[in-house]
Amino acid sequence: MAKSKKRKASGNSVTSMLIRRPIQKWFPLFILPTFICFCIGFIWPFIQGIYLSFCNFNTPDDATFVGISNYVKALSDPGFVHAFWNTAAFAVVSIILINVAAFAIAYALTQKMWGANLFRTVFFMPNLIGGVVLGYIWSMIFDGILKQYSTYLTANATYGFWGLVILVAWQQIGYIMIIYIAGLQAVPEDMLEAAKIDGANKWQTLFRVIIPNVMPSVTICTFLTLTNSFKMFDQNLALTGGAPQVIANGAKVNMTELLALNIYSTYNINKNWHGVAQAKAVVFFILVAVLAISQLTATRQKEVQQ
Amino acid sequence: MEKKSVGSIILTVVFALLSLIWLIPIFEVLINSFKSNAFVNLEPFAFPNAESFVGMDNYVKGMTFGNYPFMQSVGYSVLITVVSVALILLCTSMTAWYIIRVNSFFCKIFYYLCLFSMIVPFQMVMFTLTFTADRLKLNTPYTIPIVYLGFGAGLAIFMFTGFVKGLPLEIEEAAAIDGCGPVRTFFGIILPMLKPTLISVGILQTMWVWNDYLLPYLVLDRTKYMTIPIHVQYLKGSYGTVDLGATMAVIMLSIIPIIIAYAFCQKHIIKGVAAGAVKG
Repeated sequence: MAKSKKRKASGNSVTSMLIRRPIQKWFPLFILPTFICFCIGFIWPFIQGIYLSFCNFNTPDDATFVGISNYVKALSDPGFVHAFWNTAAFAVVSIILINVAAFAIAYALTQKMWGANLFRTVFFMPNLIGGVVLGYIWSMIFDGILKQYSTYLTANATYGFWGLVILVAWQQIGYIMIIYIAGLQAVPEDMLEAAKIDGANKWQTLFRVIIPNVMPSVTICTFLTLTNSFKMFDQNLALTGGAPQVIANGAKVNMTELLALNIYSTYNINKNWHGVAQAKAVVFFILVAVLAISQLTATRQKEVQQ
Repeated sequence: MEKKSVGSIILTVVFALLSLIWLIPIFEVLINSFKSNAFVNLEPFAFPNAESFVGMDNYVKGMTFGNYPFMQSVGYSVLITVVSVALILLCTSMTAWYIIRVNSFFCKIFYYLCLFSMIVPFQMVMFTLTFTADRLKLNTPYTIPIVYLGFGAGLAIFMFTGFVKGLPLEIEEAAAIDGCGPVRTFFGIILPMLKPTLISVGILQTMWVWNDYLLPYLVLDRTKYMTIPIHVQYLKGSYGTVDLGATMAVIMLSIIPIIIAYAFCQKHIIKGVAAGAVKG
């Protein structure tokens, strides 16, 4: 650190002349194309999205300002409220299931075992397949199983919910496992040896030495599964598409719909719902952003403690 | 090798079984892709027998199934993925280097906007992005990479800047003193040093673009262009009575390239995904 500070004091202007200014001249090549695409693909749609959430619109050209009525409609829509609780329940269940299973598998695979690499490869594989294809595969499997009890997947919201949990667990356990493996391999060898010499048994070592040491990985994985569950779309669409639909308080509610899919299907009702869908999207964004920011602060705190 | 205890043998056997169970869904698709439609519906878990086995018929049928040639979807998927990922790697690595080395007010703003974009879910921008892409004629497989660059720039720039920060200035100073301009410095010196990050970012973006369903579904002109995920969803969603056997064949065809690629660069893929997860 001291060295680099000294360098900065004496060599800053030289560095600036040698490196900074010549690069700056190439602004149009190095940064402009990316920036323009970033504006097209993100900044402009984002700003326009916030504006349109206060409008009635079919296309942006015929937008008329209506104030916060879209938000009122969005938050009083039973389908949206149901999707929120559905998503929250789904997030809690999948966080616990995925993390416990992934940690157990990672712990076993870091023990001395034949074929650990092969097993790791197999468990990770479902991650590479897209959500739509996965949804289709599992809907066939669930329908095949449920047929023996003469029913089907979209007959009952409970089936759809647990079906989605199983699908997502199957897909993401391998991914979370990889992060836990990296964390477990970073546990200092001398700590494990000291525990052994002190006569700690396997369980004591696991709970008193290993788990405290992998806490940073636990934080990362918990929040990864949390944000992934909240943003879940493809799997939800392909597995049940929100079915079955029931009428509650005079409004249609898709029983297995999560938030992201609810926004999408709201938009597709008709053009009177475009503004409401966009308002829901803004609410959804705020929700995900709050979760993500609390993730960052939690991770930071953990790092400071280390 | 060290001694293996009885416990570790039992563990190995348990995990061997668990791995097999893990592969059942894929295996299920494989066996059903060789059965005729009626039998896929009737007994989805049975092995094909003399009665239900149809050989490669489903694969042949799957090629033209749903009034849209499957190979055309594959072609567009490959085109979009290759061009988008190449564009993202080239543009964002250049931008990341510029941001770190120039570090002006504009650079800082851009960098924080990139961080911000990482926490914005796609649903927030999807409707308006569709309008913008339509108006700018970005709704073809040849121009959609621009949309991918725009929406995917955040994570890529974040990962590249993290690496560029750690590069020593001395090399670039020496190059500059020797009369090497910024463009040559970047392509001759910086880019080769970025290789590990290029691989990580490349793998993450490939997995994203290749499997992405909603963005191309909304942005592309659907009557003319389909990608593999759109094709699969289309077969399921809007095709009346579905021929399950042929659909299974199509799914199998869409999984095979992934499995082959995974077999060849398994280590890079796992490492790249882990790096992206820890940073993202």
